[in-house]
Amino acid sequence: MAELEAVIGLEIHVQLATKTKMFCGCELSFGDEPNVHTCPVCLAHPGVLPVVNEQAVRYALQIGLALGCEIAPHSIFHRKNYFYPDSPKAYQISQYDIPICGPGRLGEVRIHRAHLEEDAAKTIHVGGSGRIHGSAASLVDFNRGGTPLVEIVTEPDLRGAAEAAEWARLLRETVRQLGVSDVNMEEGSLRVDANVSVRPAGSDQLGTKTELKNMNSFRFLQRGIEAELARQRELVEGGGTVEQETLHFDPASGSLTSLRSKEEAHDYRYFPEPDLVPMAPTEEMLREAREALPELPAARIARYEEMGLASDVALTLAADPRTSGYFENVVEAADGIEPRVLANWVTGELAAALRQAEVEGGAADSRVTPPALATLVRMVQDKKISHGSGKTVLAALVSEGGDPEPIVEREGLAQMSDSNELEAIVEKAMSENADAVEKIREGNNKAIGAIVGAVMRETKGRADGGEVNRLIQEKL
Amino acid sequence: MTDLLALTALEAHEAMVAGDLAADEYTAAWKEAAAGDELNAYLWRDEGGEEGRAIAVERDCIAPIAVKDIFTTEGVPTTAGSRILEGYRPPYTSTAVRKLLEAGAPILGKTNMDEFAMGSSNENSAYGPVLNPWDRGRVPGGSSGGSAAVVAGGLAPWAIGTDTGGSIRQPAAFCGIVGLKPTYGAISRYGMIAFASSLDQCGPLTRTVSDAALLLGILQGHDPCDSTSVGIEGGVSLPDREDLSGLRFGVPAELRGDDYDSGVRAVFEQTLKRIEDLGGEIAEVSLPSSEHGISAYYVIAPAEASSNLARYDGVRYGMRAGGDGDLLQMYETTRSEGFGPEVKRRIMLGTYALSSGYYEAYYGQAQKVRTRIAEDFTGAFAGVDFVVTPTAPSVAFGLGEKTDDPLSMYLNDFFTVPMSLAGIPAISIPAGLAEPEGGGPQLPVGFQIAAPAFAEQKLLDAAYALEQGIGFDAKPGDGNG
Repeated sequence: MAELEAVIGLEIHVQLATKTKMFCGCELSFGDEPNVHTCPVCLAHPGVLPVVNEQAVRYALQIGLALGCEIAPHSIFHRKNYFYPDSPKAYQISQYDIPICGPGRLGEVRIHRAHLEEDAAKTIHVGGSGRIHGSAASLVDFNRGGTPLVEIVTEPDLRGAAEAAEWARLLRETVRQLGVSDVNMEEGSLRVDANVSVRPAGSDQLGTKTELKNMNSFRFLQRGIEAELARQRELVEGGGTVEQETLHFDPASGSLTSLRSKEEAHDYRYFPEPDLVPMAPTEEMLREAREALPELPAARIARYEEMGLASDVALTLAADPRTSGYFENVVEAADGIEPRVLANWVTGELAAALRQAEVEGGAADSRVTPPALATLVRMVQDKKISHGSGKTVLAALVSEGGDPEPIVEREGLAQMSDSNELEAIVEKAMSENADAVEKIREGNNKAIGAIVGAVMRETKGRADGGEVNRLIQEKL
Repeated sequence: MTDLLALTALEAHEAMVAGDLAADEYTAAWKEAAAGDELNAYLWRDEGGEEGRAIAVERDCIAPIAVKDIFTTEGVPTTAGSRILEGYRPPYTSTAVRKLLEAGAPILGKTNMDEFAMGSSNENSAYGPVLNPWDRGRVPGGSSGGSAAVVAGGLAPWAIGTDTGGSIRQPAAFCGIVGLKPTYGAISRYGMIAFASSLDQCGPLTRTVSDAALLLGILQGHDPCDSTSVGIEGGVSLPDREDLSGLRFGVPAELRGDDYDSGVRAVFEQTLKRIEDLGGEIAEVSLPSSEHGISAYYVIAPAEASSNLARYDGVRYGMRAGGDGDLLQMYETTRSEGFGPEVKRRIMLGTYALSSGYYEAYYGQAQKVRTRIAEDFTGAFAGVDFVVTPTAPSVAFGLGEKTDDPLSMYLNDFFTVPMSLAGIPAISIPAGLAEPEGGGPQLPVGFQIAAPAFAEQKLLDAAYALEQGIGFDAKPGDGNG
């Protein structure tokens, strides 16, 4: 049998950080006393009507534009009908055949669509496992009911659990940088469901998919998909077939349980919401949404890679807009030093120095100014100080700020320029480490470290490592 | 006292403004009249108690009004004629009622209606049928039967109702008063308990066309709480047209058949002659899709209703039954006991029409018919100013006469449904009296005039001229019957 390939698509619900709910004027909240942010509209009293939150539309447009989606000139709200206490109208106002955002792309993954809808209320099942079956009573908190949501649906373009989790992180970063959502998975402002199937590698047919729910961290998302892929692979390799169903992931046990089978799937009886007119964003709204777009991680990563940065370094920098801003200021101040070298200092040496000093926040919040870091890197490049001394100076900059030159002077870290002096120190170190010299002669090159170390101790790190190595080899 | 009640709402308003009529005295007279309701027309009346406080007016200067029990009124029972909302007191007031209160019109009471506005006879009310003031053995029409009966029966100077497929116009015709269904979107639906959201529209039931104009002027306008409301540009002024010269009235060939009551037809033909006497021109128009109106309507309206009525689940307000069992049992028991048979029938029809696999065949098809009907009207209005028909195929029928035959009941809406589907305004004015098929005392017959969307002013002007020309002045119990 051909190897089985994973085929994964994601459905992401993003709670928008608007002031008020999707269709009424109630304030959004998290963690408040239950049922204080409600009104006749979000409690579905007889006779009420929804009114679309304009800010939510603007945020949805920003998400759509950030994902390169086509924006529908007229999109339609539909009613998705189902009975459950978390849905006071017994229908959710969502979008169906004409969503506000059509096809797009983020990174390597195609976006199928993104649409606006409202969140359900929160049900709490008391007494029992926390799920409705076997509980003594169910309570409903309508504070969350009606929170604006954007649901993003991808094409099934992901081929592995880790890849899916990594892409979801990129999406979260993208939405976070738009400033339209808190994107907090634990609090539920970002919720990721996965559609998972397997098929023979190279096939262009899609296998039967299952839908995974309740993965409230990227780690659980990856673990849930891994568990489901393993289950499907074992099933198919054993000659079985995958049944279409919705599965609930239990992070504690790592197990998947069936929520409902295909037969139990709801018939939502979608039809156009007669209480709302088609949503037609004006030219001005589109322009404003475009202008409000910051440079997004995917674009920034591509730009950094073009500057010669390694992918992982580019990703690290691009993930945080403040760090990437800091990096770009260093590049500007350094004027001519390769960005690749500067990026390594920002994500490597500086990040390590900040960790070491237990400084809160990133590079942008530190006392090391971009010009100071640029000057320091230039001194190392020009061999005015050694790489090791550079780290010492950086540690000083982290704790006291200022410019690197006075620190170099104060600490006497200027690279030894007198090669006679260095030669003497090397000779001394070799004579004091005769056994190491012997080992090198026997072919154990690692032993050179002991001699270099001794030289560095003697010179307090001011010696150029390369020059020390050259001298040792020469004298051997 | 009798003199006060004889004033039209407009006359009373003008007298109050001029200082010739004391508002409190006038309102008190109407409250007393309303208290004499023997028609089961009121479900709640303002008797000065605590309940009515949230909807009290600061200063009355407009005639007190009866409100169909489908409009929410803060603190005041609002049932929509259903058992499932028994005892429900809304936490907010509908826009229509708020506008009346702000204009200075005290609320006399809430009027009986077919449950959730589903019906053409008022026999579907959970609180018993309303009796027709012309003949208490007959229905007042529906679903705004209570609102029509209070105006015709001298229990209120005027009233508001709602019209989804004829629910203002048909009871107005059956009770011999004026009923106007405005353009969809002219008046806010906020706080108007939904039956079929894309069709429901609030409108006046009045003694005269002028009163209807006055009331429409108060009610119309865009409401930020209703995205589908737009109002009538330029507002509404009182009609004063004296003749119909230069106006063309189209009679739809498809709606001129002979399969309705001969008495109704006679009044209709006589009214066409009256139009010509007033200088108007009669032309034939074609509305080829309108004969499918009833079929399309009875798919679309139940489909929307099945969704709109799903919120009545016993969880948050209203009636709850079977709460000792599990969730599903509570839903089922509450809805089984709370809804009447017609409401259940339409929920079943609508749920089926929206089901996966049937949607296109029913709902999709019905929407196409609806579009065609609207196009038919657009085509007709290219050649005529108005389209005219009888309002209903018969005069008021007997209580219980059609309750076992839903289809025959539905056919009552034959003339009124096409305008609802097209979203255009239509008015029914009393045009004469006719003997019911099978004999009996004479009963009122309505004449329906429809106009293009938002042409309410033109419609009211023409209806006013015709009303003056007809001079209908018969009243229940004054010897005509």
